[in-house]
Amino acid sequence: MANVVELPAERTLQEESPSLWRITFRRLMRQRSALFGLSILSVLVIIAAFAPMIAPYDPTEVLIGKEDVKKRSAPCIHMLGCPEEQPQHLMGTDGNVRDVFSRIVFGARISLQIGMIVVFIAATSGIVLGSIAGYAGGWIDNLIMRLMDIVLAFPFFLLAIALVFVLGPSLNNAMLAIAVISMPTYARVVRSTVLSIREMDYVEASRALGATDRDILFKRILPNAMPPLIVLATLGIATAILDTAALSFLGLGAQEPMAEWGTMLGRERNQIFSAPHLVLIPGIMISITVLAFNLLGDGLRDALDPRLVHNK
Amino acid sequence: MIQYTIRRILLAIPVVFAILVVTFTLARAIPGDPCKAILGEKATAATCERFTREFGLDEPVWKQFVLYLQKIGQGDFGESIRFGRPVLTILLERLPTTIELGMSAMFLAVIVGIPAGILSAVRRNSWIDVTTMIGANIGVSLPVFFLGLLLIYLFAVILKDTPFALPPSGRLSPGVVPIPFYEVYNLTAEAGSNRLLFYDFLAKHYIFNAFITFDWVVFWDASRHLILPAIALSTIPLSILARMTRSSMLEVLGLDYMRTARAKGLPERTVIVRHALRNALLPVVTVAGLQLAAILGGAVLTETIFGLAGVGLSVYEAITSRDFPIIQGFVIVIALIYVTFNLLVDLSYAVLDPRIRLN
Repeated sequence: MANVVELPAERTLQEESPSLWRITFRRLMRQRSALFGLSILSVLVIIAAFAPMIAPYDPTEVLIGKEDVKKRSAPCIHMLGCPEEQPQHLMGTDGNVRDVFSRIVFGARISLQIGMIVVFIAATSGIVLGSIAGYAGGWIDNLIMRLMDIVLAFPFFLLAIALVFVLGPSLNNAMLAIAVISMPTYARVVRSTVLSIREMDYVEASRALGATDRDILFKRILPNAMPPLIVLATLGIATAILDTAALSFLGLGAQEPMAEWGTMLGRERNQIFSAPHLVLIPGIMISITVLAFNLLGDGLRDALDPRLVHNK
Repeated sequence: MIQYTIRRILLAIPVVFAILVVTFTLARAIPGDPCKAILGEKATAATCERFTREFGLDEPVWKQFVLYLQKIGQGDFGESIRFGRPVLTILLERLPTTIELGMSAMFLAVIVGIPAGILSAVRRNSWIDVTTMIGANIGVSLPVFFLGLLLIYLFAVILKDTPFALPPSGRLSPGVVPIPFYEVYNLTAEAGSNRLLFYDFLAKHYIFNAFITFDWVVFWDASRHLILPAIALSTIPLSILARMTRSSMLEVLGLDYMRTARAKGLPERTVIVRHALRNALLPVVTVAGLQLAAILGGAVLTETIFGLAGVGLSVYEAITSRDFPIIQGFVIVIALIYVTFNLLVDLSYAVLDPRIRLN
């Protein structure tokens, strides 16, 4: 008893928080679909990390004149009976006579980066705006949240198209546009957490003990917003990869010769009749990656606390 | 109800205003000389001068905005750079395809997604539930543009020359010519009149036009051309609706009044349909309204892949030819359609649930 009373508030909090994550992790490990998503992601991360070692060619290297290989040739795998005298291309070559397998491998890097960067920008700016809105209240709150509402008033993909059109087509601008459009969701979650936690007795107590607004925000409020934010961010990575790939497909995102899956698919989309592997392989890769993040996000939602997230 | 309707409409006005502000700002945000940015690099000094005067580009920004509002109020969205024709005319020509495509996709999403969600909830953890949820998970992860190409590969390449083959592109087969209903029924209108424009707009809904003129050849052909695009476009909304219906049903099925209904000895069917479904569908209606965003955005990708000359394909063409007036005009109109649709969804929600309008 005496021990408990003497413990400073800080330590109790720190001792509690790892156990929440451990419980979450244990619950997550019990879900087959989340495990499946996690294992796909591990493979993708390994591919992305060791891309230069896995890929037999440079992803942008044009093989014309260097090898006896035609453009858009079908996959040639020696183990499966492709003649030894032909150079091996596990996934064939594309319209510019580049090795598709190497491009897919390096594409994993780009797609994972896209997902992370977009969500990082969207989440941090959303958290900042949401905290300011919730904390300041009054006209500042109104101004910020109405701005967020305006973004949500548009069909999101069309607004993304219009934004990138104006900023100029490039991968960075596409990522920026998707980040801006997904920001309001984070801002809303953080703001509502701020509003509900701000009035709690323990926040009042910290304030009485001399905690600054910053302390209260970072130590009392944001930890409470973390579970829904983590779920949103994981599902957000899936959406970011999907939407950026769609913008790239339309020619608004990554530009040639970058080995981005959406661009690869978009450039060769008319070859669906003659060289379907050029469409199917990047398409399957995008789908698998997005699926993995979606499964993990759903699993996290169930594991963290189903009541915390009322999204979808 | 009337009070609620008025309040809800008043709430939509600032949203519409905001949409106009955003699209106005977008035009000014293009880097470089606004005239060259909007009219294209080839614009001559003379056309630029006329353009500057017409849009008041040498006036203060607030005057430019007022001018912009006036023009839009009169239905003047400027001229397309590529076609040299009014944006509104092009929009009216292209909208019917997108309306028919979007409605088919929404229809598919609702008639497949909602029953699948109900079934999953009622038979929780059965193989039906597991398959539906795996399907829904895959459904939200498939990019529209990839699914579209996959369907083309399946139905136009692999199943070619079988009875299951479906056309990979276009709205009608060559040689199939729809006859506008106003010609069939001898409805006259002066050339160039608004009435003719309206008739023409209606007649360009080929499936609708064929249906009211009993032209089953065109009806069948136009419908066949929309099957693959509608499936591609509906997959994401369908999956989301199925998941939403399932979780909403599960929530309701666990409530006390369900036990009461069963205890009264009501047949299971009545319990599910009358007591559970009616309440569970309320949140689903809202989600269905929001899915219009996915459909309108996805239409750009779907129409591009299937070569359907709708609003989405226009947007794609405008991207490649840097035709800003088209993008601006279309974004305004599509955003307005979206806002209106969700206003209607909110109102229908209030009709279904008195708690909303009384609050």
